This record gives sequence, structure tokens and C-alpha cells, in this order.
Amino acid sequence: MITIKSYCSVRNHQLKLNGTTLLAKEKELLFSDFIKSAYDLNGSTYLKFFKMDDLCKLAFIASEFLLKNRKLSEQYGAENVSLVFANTSSSLDTDLKYYQTVKDFPSPSLFVYTLPNIMLGEISIRQKFKGKNAFFVFEAFQAEFLCNYATRLLNDKKAKAVIIGWVELLKENYEAFLCLIEETESGTELTKENLEKLYTDR
Amino acid sequence: MDALIAKLKTQIIEQLNLEGVAPDDIDADSPLFGEGLGLDSIDALELIVLLEKNYGLKIENPAEGKKIFSTIRSIAEYITANGKA
Repeated sequence: MITIKSYCSVRNHQLKLNGTTLLAKEKELLFSDFIKSAYDLNGSTYLKFFKMDDLCKLAFIASEFLLKNRKLSEQYGAENVSLVFANTSSSLDTDLKYYQTVKDFPSPSLFVYTLPNIMLGEISIRQKFKGKNAFFVFEAFQAEFLCNYATRLLNDKKAKAVIIGWVELLKENYEAFLCLIEETESGTELTKENLEKLYTDR
Repeated sequence: MDALIAKLKTQIIEQLNLEGVAPDDIDADSPLFGEGLGLDSIDALELIVLLEKNYGLKIENPAEGKKIFSTIRSIAEYITANGKA
């Protein structure tokens, strides 16, 4: 059975893993300070984190907690773990910041983040994944699409584990919702309804 | 030269987002790339921007850049030699 093995959400100054709140900060806190708190809570050193743009930092932190104590690339093989993410604003947050630098000295370190799928690359480098990945832009969270895409990858033997996600960020508005999808004998079955419910209750 | 090296260390930490690195942690004679600070190709581009933005120096020859950016001291020497310190 294809199941939602675990899920992680980051929004409203809170980070939750499988519905349990692991981090809750005051609402006045800026995203940059909140995400640094989450990085500190995670407890591992990964200096590349500080060079990422905000969208990548958000996705990276959610993936760190979702995949803690898991070594998917060793368990399934690096080429059998896939990532399928989506959002609304693409990389607009960094696009705007980069545009500001163009008038003066264009920033190379901002330019490399002017694509939303870079977050898939950052997670893949960190987790040593080499499987298929895809990124989509939708007006809103599409449970049915993500559910169907992950199911197809697993049924067609294109992957043995899939991380599906909604990672949206524009200025101080942000939310990440990542799910680890695997074939297991028990657990929450991956269906449009179950995925929608988890997203709604996140 | 020492004052310029100290200033460069601070500017590089800020420009390259070197979290947790203090100026005193950087040896002026250690390699910036590969080992030492372990900078990457994007950092190299940021260093080019730093030199142009802060010192008005343009590096157009890639071979020249490799030599200039080998250490903090070599960058300081290049700035001094080009009368921009």
C-alpha cells in the first residue's frame, strides 16, 4: 500500500512534524530569525544553508526534519528517491531581490536562486538523492495532482520513495508542507482526501 | 597592508555569508578555494563583484583572477599595487 509515512509543516512561526509542534516562536519574529531558530533546533552543521535564498532555506529545513534519522538513498538507492514540489510564487521573492541588485552590481549568489527548482537540488545534494524530480507552479495546493504524480512514480517503478511538497514563500508569507511517500504495509494511505486533510489540519 | 587585510576579511565574511566565521579565523596566507575557507565558483564571482564595488577594480582575465584570489594577502597586494587601497 502506498502511504504517507510522515509529514512536516512550517508556517505561522511554527514547525510541526507529524502534527506535533517542535518549534513555536512569537509572531513578530522575522522569517530570517525564525528559520535560523529552526536550523539551530535541527542541531546539525551545514554551512551551505546560510548561502541559500529564503525559499531554499524553508524547503531545506522542512526536509531536514522530515528525513531525520532516515537514510533513504542508502535504503532505496540514490536513484530511487524522487522529489515533486510545487508552489504559487515560483522564485519571485529572490527574483525581486536580484532585480534590485541589477541596477548596481548584479549578485551572482542571488542569480543562482532565480529558479524555484533549485530547492530540489539543494535537498538532493544534502540527502545524496539522484532520482527524478519535478517542480510545478499552481494557484493553490493541488492534493490530487501531487497524489497522482507520486502514485504513478511508485507504480511505474520509477521511484521507491517520493517526497511531495508545497513550498511557498513571498516576503514574510511562507509555508512548507512536505510528505514522505513510501510503500508500507500499514499507515495513512496516500489518497487525495487524506492528503487534503493533512494539509488542511497542518 | 595589515589594515587592508583586516578590512578584506570583514568584507568577505559579509559578502559571502560566511556564518560562524570570525575575521581572526581566516589566515591571510591560507588558500581561499579548495581548502582553507572552501569557497566555490559562485563565491569567486562574488569576490569579483566585491573588488569592483568596493575598490573600483575590474578583473577581466580569468587566469589573472585565479592568482589574485588565491589568498587574502594576494587580494590585498593586488589592490595596493593598483593604487586602490
